[in-house]
Formats: sequence, C-alpha cells, structure tokens
Amino acid sequence: MSAIEVRDLTRKFGAFVAVDHVSFDVHEGEIFGFLGANGAGKSTTIRMLCGLLRPTSGTATVGGVDVSRDPEAVKRRIGYMSQRFSLYEMLTVDQNIRFFAGLYGLSNSRYAERRRFVLDMAGLVGREHRLARDLSGGWRQRLALGCAILHEPPILFLDEPTGGVDPLSRRQFWRLIDELARGGVTILVTTHYLDEAERCHRVAIIHAGRLAAIGTIGEVKHVFAGRPIMEVHVDHPVEAMKALDAMPEVEKTSLFGTAVHAVLNVPRADEVPLAARLRSSGLDVRSIERVQPSLEDVFLDVVEKVGAP
Amino acid sequence: MMKALAVTRKELRQIARDRRSLFILLFIPAFLLTLYGYALNFDVRHIRLAVQDRDASTESRSLVSAFINSGYFDFTTGARAEGEIEALMGRGAVRAALVIPEEFGRRLRGGEGPSVQVIVNGDNANTAATVVGYVTRIVRSVPGSTPPALSVRAPILAVEPRIWYNSELRSALFLVPGLIAYIAMITAVVSTALSIVREKESGTMEQVRMAPIGALPYVVGKTIPYFILSLVSELLIVLVSMWLFELPMRGSWGTLLLAMSLFLLGALGTGLFVSTVAETQQVAFQMSLLLAYLPTLMLSGFIFPISSMPKVLQAITYIVPARYFLVALRGILLKGLALPTLLTPLAALAIYAAVLLALASIRFSKQHG
Repeated sequence: MSAIEVRDLTRKFGAFVAVDHVSFDVHEGEIFGFLGANGAGKSTTIRMLCGLLRPTSGTATVGGVDVSRDPEAVKRRIGYMSQRFSLYEMLTVDQNIRFFAGLYGLSNSRYAERRRFVLDMAGLVGREHRLARDLSGGWRQRLALGCAILHEPPILFLDEPTGGVDPLSRRQFWRLIDELARGGVTILVTTHYLDEAERCHRVAIIHAGRLAAIGTIGEVKHVFAGRPIMEVHVDHPVEAMKALDAMPEVEKTSLFGTAVHAVLNVPRADEVPLAARLRSSGLDVRSIERVQPSLEDVFLDVVEKVGAP
Repeated sequence: MMKALAVTRKELRQIARDRRSLFILLFIPAFLLTLYGYALNFDVRHIRLAVQDRDASTESRSLVSAFINSGYFDFTTGARAEGEIEALMGRGAVRAALVIPEEFGRRLRGGEGPSVQVIVNGDNANTAATVVGYVTRIVRSVPGSTPPALSVRAPILAVEPRIWYNSELRSALFLVPGLIAYIAMITAVVSTALSIVREKESGTMEQVRMAPIGALPYVVGKTIPYFILSLVSELLIVLVSMWLFELPMRGSWGTLLLAMSLFLLGALGTGLFVSTVAETQQVAFQMSLLLAYLPTLMLSGFIFPISSMPKVLQAITYIVPARYFLVALRGILLKGLALPTLLTPLAALAIYAAVLLALASIRFSKQHG
C-alpha cells in the first residue's frame, strides 16, 4: 500500500499554474526525494499534501486520508519540518518540546517518554534549559526534527531540512532520517543538494509545476542510456564547449566546475575521436573520459526537456 | 481545550522571557497616563495679568486681590499710561488686562453698579473663553459690581449654574476615563496583533498550522494571556489615576471589570483581525495604530465632544467602541451608576466584541486551511 497517493494534483494561483497535473506514489517506509529549482512547485505540493492548501483539482491521499476532505485527520498523521526550523527562539529546548507535545495532545506519560527520546536523538541531554536561539544550526535542526516527530507520525515531510547547516550536521541528520525510514516512517524530503538526493530510495524531479522524471536513482539515470557522457578537462572550457557543440555526434554540453560534460547522441563513445578533434582546433586537452551520469546531469537534462518555465 | 492551554502556557513563557514587551505592556500605559494626565490639561492657570487701577480705592484694590487670590491670574505688572496695555499685549508679556475706571469705589459704595474693563488676548479662542469665564466668576463674587464687557445691568433671569459629578470642573476627571480607553485600546490591539504576526514572520506559525489544532483553540489560547495582561494594566491605570488625579471610584468594581472586559475583548478582536491582514510586524503596528489610535482619540468623545461634530462624523462614532466605553467608564467612576443604567453602552461593547472576534476567526480559519 502507498503512504502517499497523488493523482493529477493541480493548484492554480489566478492564472499561474503552480502545480500542473502531478501524479506519483510514495511507498511505506520509503525516503522519497522531491527535487526541483526554487519556484518549481515543490513547496506548493507539500502544502497541499499537509492539508494547508486546497488543491484546485486532482486528489491526494496521505496515510489513506483524502487531503481535501479531512485536512485535520491528515495533520494528525504527519510530521512537518521546514528549512526554517520553526522553533520558538525565546523558549528553552524543554519548553519547545512541551509546547509541541501540547499541540499534538500527548498525554503526560507519553510526553515524558517522547521527550527523553527527542533529547537523546538530538544529543541535547544536559542542554534542556538552553534557549533555542542559543543552539547551533545542527542542534536546532535536530530539535526541530524531534518536535516534528514527537507524536510518532507514520509520514514525515521535510522541506529543505538541511539548508544552512554544516556538512557534518547534515551527515548526522541523514543518519537519523535513514534510521526513521528503517523504523517504517515514510519520508518525503525536498532538497536542492543533489548529493543528498542520492541517498533517497526514489526521487521525483519537478519543473515548472510538472513532474519531469520519477524513479529510483538508477531509473532516472536511465535517460542517459545510449547517450554516453564524456567529461573533458581542458585549459579553456568555454572554447572547448563551442568546439564540441559544433560536432554532429555531440548532443549538448554543459559546464561542471572546470570540466565540460558532453552528451553524445551515439551509443559508442570510443568511436568518436573527441580528443583528436579538440586538439586539431588548437585546444590543449588534459584528459577525456566517459563518466556515469550524476543526478545533476539527470536534473539538467530533464529540466531542459520540459522547457523553460 | 487542552491544546488552547498549551498555547497559553507557551505564550506566557514567551512573554515572561521577553522582558521588554512585558514592561511595555504593563508599565508604559501607566507612564503614558501620568504624562498625558499632566500635559493634557484644559484648565488655564497662571494667566499673566496687567492691572490699570485708575481709582486706587480700597474697593478697587480688593477687586485686584480677588483676581490674584483666585489662583488663575498672576499679577505681572501695573500699567499707568494709556497705550501701555496695548504694548504689553502686543509683546505677549500679558494675556489679560484689568482696567478699573476712576470713581469705581465711589460708585460701588453708592450702589450704582460700576463696570470694569477686562481685555483678553483672543488668539487662542479656547483659552480666552475660559479666561472670560473665570473673570465673570471673580467679578460676580464682588458685591455690587457687574461682570465686565458682557455686562447685564439688571439681570432679569438669574442663572445659577451648578455642576455635578465634577464640581470643580477639573479636566483631569473628564480626561482620565478617556485616557484609560485610549491606552487600553492601543496596548491590547498592538500586543495581540504583533504576537501573531511575529509568529508569521519567524515561521513558527507555519509549524503550528501543520499541527492538528483548530483555529479556535489557537486563537483562544493566544489571546488569554493578553486579555489578562491588558486587564491588569487597565486596573493599574485606574489605581494610578485614583492616586495621582484623585479620580473617584463611585460605582462598583464588578461593573467596572465587566465594562473593561467587554471593551478589551473588542480590542483583542481588532488585534486579531489586524493580524489576519498584516504580514509583517511593521504593517501590523501601523494598522493597529490607525485602527485603535485615531478613532479612540478623535471620535470617542475623549477630547472632542461628539455632540459638536458634523453629522457624518457623529454617525461614524457609533461604531467606535471607545465611545461606549467612555460613557460606561465615566458613568461608573464619576457618577457611580449601576449596571441597569449602563445596559446600552455595555451591550454595544458586547456587540462590537462579538462582531470583531467573529470576523477575525472567519478570516483566520480561512487562512488556517
């Protein structure tokens, strides 16, 4: 059974279509990555799934509940944490936990047990009386996560949960996410960090309100089947891109740091003498090799196919 | 209900932590009261007076001392020459001049009812009218003399004014209830609006909206602390006024609490309403001031009497809650009126509170999703 089922979900703001007939399923216990640029429709979709925003058309069920029919029942089944780690800065760690426990109507005994759990999980034991605003980014993030799962929701929405947090804390955070998923919690996470997206079981790429790709990491990378990617290191990458674009076997090029990725439209890369041709046009090629498509390649590729918003 | 209490407890803790807001909420009102109470005084005192006594008799001197002893006038200078008074007035050295003609004492003794001349600087009409009032009273107190300028030689109809409830016509007594309404409106509206908009700005509102708590328990939980604080602050103002301005408390405290509670509910409703419209604290603050400050100051009868307003403005005052609150407050504090007499203003306050709270919760639940 699917924890989240989305069918033709659409949301318009006046004439602007923020989410355009999006359909997907998220399985139980899965970490589902929701990728897209800013303004692609990620947050609007999440807000509809959390029962905050009514869909213009289409349906979505979360934990078996139709979001347009019973948003309050949805709210009881989900946890939500956003990039802003919405804690009360002027309250202590304990008071924040107490407040959210109250909002979710936890009984006293359950509160005591969950408080323990959250403090342990976030590594905040001994810091219960610190003000939230005095905590470092990683702690705040883990405390926010703790507050979002106080009521043990089967489904967890994380809206860019790692923004502004140092790499070590991000890593620690993802370990917590993995643990939750192993415990059966379904997690839908949005992120811009494509390296994080690689840790998801499945991803969906949304662009201009439409679903551009969906599947496991392997599946979405499949768009590059028969289209090898060559990574070219040269001294003058911009000139190299021009030269490569002029070749008939090259579908397109893009800049990856100081390297150039060239996507070929022929399946056998070794048949194309890229290096020789570049050298003949006066470019000093340092290395050239076939690479596996990264999620960034996939992202750029599918976004290009859908077209500019 | 348990959830509303969770919100209340959180809010109280936040307020307690935020010393500055707490201070503003509790003490600024009392501070404003003393400030305004002393500054906003319509009583005119220490009017600089020039005296030209052409008679120099016992009677004329006793009239001059009646002026000085009244406490309203300060003897500034004597004037001898004809044009001297004009020069003093022109320079602004005096605001009023008393001219006692020759033969004043003799005529007074002879029962002829002599006249004296009083010249008042009329550049401020309000002050001038007040001064003329004082003069009339003082001159009348001198047996045998007729009031100046507006002299009626033989009064056919004698009016003997008697002022009730505030017999000394101290403007403080008249103004303090207005100040109470004004200050309470501002603190209640501003603090409620800001507390919610602050949550919108910091993003905690979003988090709360994701939780299974309805709009009503949230709003109730959120307003309880501000209701209590505003009520405490109001009572503090009344006590300070009783102490500083000798404000009488002739009615019952129960009725006073009822009137205050109803008025505060309306103010909280207004604050909530503002918070559903404004997205930033800045906007919320300005809206609250506009909604609370101007009508309460201008259209409540606090400073300008409603009966002398143009008809259109008079009609608008019917939707200004402070108008009713003032009637109730003055009724309770100064007149000692009991509940049955105050049913109309209290009902109006209740209606205002109900309408605004309903309006705010409708808008709020729409946004709450």
